[in-house]
Amino acid sequence: MNLIDLTQLRQGETGTIVNIQGGHGLRRRLESLGVRPGVMIMKVSAQFMRGPVTIQVGNSQVALGFGMARKIMVNT
Amino acid sequence: MKKILLMGNPNVGKSVVFSRLTGVHVIASNYPGTTVEFTKGTMRLGDEKAEVIDVPGTYTLEPTSKAEEVAVEMLNEAVSEHSQGNLVINIVDATNLERNLNLTLQLLKRNIPVIVALNLWDETKHTGISIDTEELEKILGVPVVPTCAISGEGIKNLVTRLPDAKVGIYEYQNEERWHEVGNIISQVQKVTHRHHTLLERLGDASIRPLTGIPLALVAMYAAFKIIRFIGEGLIGYIFEPIFDRLWAPLMMKLSFVLGSQGFVHNILIGKLVGGEIDFVESLGLLTTGLFVPIAMVLPYVISFYLVLSFAEDSGYLPRLGVLVDNIMHRLGLHGLAIIPMMLGLGCNVPGALATRVLETRRERFISATLMAIAVPCMALQAMVIGLVGRYGTKGLGLVFGTLFVVWIILGILLNLILKGESPEIFVEIPPYRIPYLRALLKKLWMRTRWFLQEAVPYVLLGVLIVNILYSLRIIEFIGRFTAPVVTGILGLPREAVGALIIGFLRKDVAVGMLLPLDLTLNQLIIASVVLAMYFPCVATFAVLVKELGVKDMIKSAGIMIVSALTVGGILNLLL
Repeated sequence: MNLIDLTQLRQGETGTIVNIQGGHGLRRRLESLGVRPGVMIMKVSAQFMRGPVTIQVGNSQVALGFGMARKIMVNT
Repeated sequence: MKKILLMGNPNVGKSVVFSRLTGVHVIASNYPGTTVEFTKGTMRLGDEKAEVIDVPGTYTLEPTSKAEEVAVEMLNEAVSEHSQGNLVINIVDATNLERNLNLTLQLLKRNIPVIVALNLWDETKHTGISIDTEELEKILGVPVVPTCAISGEGIKNLVTRLPDAKVGIYEYQNEERWHEVGNIISQVQKVTHRHHTLLERLGDASIRPLTGIPLALVAMYAAFKIIRFIGEGLIGYIFEPIFDRLWAPLMMKLSFVLGSQGFVHNILIGKLVGGEIDFVESLGLLTTGLFVPIAMVLPYVISFYLVLSFAEDSGYLPRLGVLVDNIMHRLGLHGLAIIPMMLGLGCNVPGALATRVLETRRERFISATLMAIAVPCMALQAMVIGLVGRYGTKGLGLVFGTLFVVWIILGILLNLILKGESPEIFVEIPPYRIPYLRALLKKLWMRTRWFLQEAVPYVLLGVLIVNILYSLRIIEFIGRFTAPVVTGILGLPREAVGALIIGFLRKDVAVGMLLPLDLTLNQLIIASVVLAMYFPCVATFAVLVKELGVKDMIKSAGIMIVSALTVGGILNLLL
């Protein structure tokens, strides 16, 4: 068990979302796309220089900004 | 009329189902009071006609964006008139059941009959998913019909089962919704291991920077080549021959009948150049007024929208948005702002409307201003290619290169000057799909028809006004006052002010007006750049005022004029 945020996850690695350190609005937006605690995700890619992170959630992919990704804590 | 609402998450093939259900008469319109666009059409249902509405895609009925708000409002409206037999077809992505059922469960709590279409059914096979539809139908208490809209499978079945649509009775606590979804999934869905498909591997490769950036460059280059190839082909083999061989002799006869000169002749046919009609220079309603929009601009509009629609429907644009996100942040925007810019390359009007995908006022101001200044529409591009392109590609490179540099520098400046931060990108990356030809052609047709309806009347009006201005010597008159700017700063002959006046109406006509002035290549380059930058055409202007408000539009217009004169002046000094 190793608790890190989404930006620290390596490309191709999987993890389970533990919590989202953000306000209600952010949590709701993420949730509408299926990004919520308890869900297993896989990191597809990260752009250079603190660019957006793309993750695989279930059968779909979601891209989110670096700042958002830092608020999502995952267990590997 | 009975309303049938198509509702579902974005990227689930909703519009393909829509084009399967409806006939050719499809209208795209804005939801009242907003610029969120939706399409509607009609279908036969037994003996009656029903209105089919393609509601903007939404992930949830607890809206998180403007488009989602509109979707919810359209649903509320349909619910309040439920006596007329309205119903919802909930289009569900069968390969993504969990996230999609979240919306389904919310729809089941509303007082309107629902039927579920499990779309993309064929894809479940090679993604290793099996769904027990009978069990799902039993649990949800509403009809569930597997469909594959692209091949048309299941659509007939969906239509025959429409009368079975029922108001949901499924009970659950709202806070427990995801938990409920999980329960349903565990009862109806089995997932087996499978290998990645080629399209999936391509999808991942195009969003990883090391492979994605080279792929993006290849895609851009290919898009550019294809647009030019198709555009030039249409002009050279279809439109020009029609005008030269069929229309020109007819117009020459008319010219002869009208006595080769005089007021009516000048308005309809224009001036004869060396005893012949010159479709660009003559400036008559029936000659230049038709030739410019139809034979010079329309071919490029068709080829551009063909390529753009392909990029949209294949799922490439969000990936491009992620790749350029970093660059766009330097301009105070985020990656998705690339979408209004790309649309703006076709026509600035839909581009300005598409700035609505951006979350904040600041972003919308920056993107709308940058687009109006530095993103030339296809009408302008086609004319510049036609005129400047005669001197080879160096001139074209200078015109478009300058605009690109202006786009970057101005963006950086606006980002520095305007207070506030740019929000972060947050978007679903849909899987790559081979676009469905029928839906693609329908979209292409709608866009082309829209261009013809918008452009042709304005071009004709523009040509008419040019004639009046010339015959009353108004352009000469204004030219005397504006000479210090037009000649002094920009280095253009004073008559060029006529093009700047008409450019407010139509930029393509304006570029055409430069031809009789016998400009040097450098002057043509300066005039083209200034025409692109100094002010939007009237159609774009009207939309921008609505989008930005009068106050911000004045600010934006100030930026346009100042930057156009600055850049034009610098070019005049350097070239």
